[in-house]
Amino acid sequence: MHELSIVASLFEILEEKANEQEAKKIILVKLKVGKLAGVVPEFLKTAFDMYKNGTIAEEAVLEIEEVPFKIECQKCRAETEREDFVFICPACGSTALRALTGTELLLEKIELET
Amino acid sequence: MEKKELFVREEILGSNKKIAAEIRRKLEQESILTINFLSSPGSGKTALLERIAETLKPRHQMAVIEGDIETERDAERIRQKGVPAWQITTGGACHLEAKMVARLISEIPAETHFLFIENIGNLVCPASYDLGESLRCVLLSAPEGDDKPKKYPKAFATADCLIITKSDLIPFVPFDLERAGNEALDINPDLRIFVTSALQPRGIAELVRYFIESRVNMIQRHA
Repeated sequence: MHELSIVASLFEILEEKANEQEAKKIILVKLKVGKLAGVVPEFLKTAFDMYKNGTIAEEAVLEIEEVPFKIECQKCRAETEREDFVFICPACGSTALRALTGTELLLEKIELET
Repeated sequence: MEKKELFVREEILGSNKKIAAEIRRKLEQESILTINFLSSPGSGKTALLERIAETLKPRHQMAVIEGDIETERDAERIRQKGVPAWQITTGGACHLEAKMVARLISEIPAETHFLFIENIGNLVCPASYDLGESLRCVLLSAPEGDDKPKKYPKAFATADCLIITKSDLIPFVPFDLERAGNEALDINPDLRIFVTSALQPRGIAELVRYFIESRVNMIQRHA
């Protein structure tokens, strides 16, 4: 359960961006969370709602886009979407694979009022 | 009042990564190999460090940062081996973060060859936080069972080596060494695997050799 720590880091960025933009409030926060980023979107939402009281994002809605885990085989170039972390190419059996997406934890965009 | 859409596209843990990169740069420049130990509570991290200290000691200097929720107990155990140790108590937090390690870096003696960081006992959260280590080791003790790699994939996927601990208990518990190894290799084909027992002791020399080789490789990379 490190979602609260992640939300604390998120708010550092939010405060910084709001200051830069001289925003009065943040109304929407959109995250991209990889399926295998090691965080639970539902807990992130709970932590966000706990944390936002009294901040510039007090009225903000949190939107989370879950990103599937995709790997590319370095041998046969097949792209596969996976629900687990297994690093074996289903097309050719190679273990030389590269993760394309699915481990990110990104602040994608914010909407604010100035 | 004006509404504005701002595309940020920033990593949420970007500041942790930045601090970690700075720690790594600094320690590697001083030829210190930093090793982050990840595992469940009670998998034998401290006992393994005690054996590593005995094996490394004649020729190498090591230091240890102990992460725990409460108490100085682990740091005290390590100090009894004549090894400098610092205790970070998080007071409840389930993982160490780079900024906690950064505060201690200036205290690490310059003649240190190996800095071990014993993370909070937890196979989930610590996996998301780079601490500036050069090597990440995940420990799995035989009594925990051979099915853990796929249950806690991130810890195994981000590690450089897997250390099976308490191998002396394998005859008494349902633990298939081959299955554990294969599960872990499915997730991370480059994983190096070591089988150890701190009690017997067993496999410690091989593990220490791996750390020494890794340090030589690190120094050559920077040469």
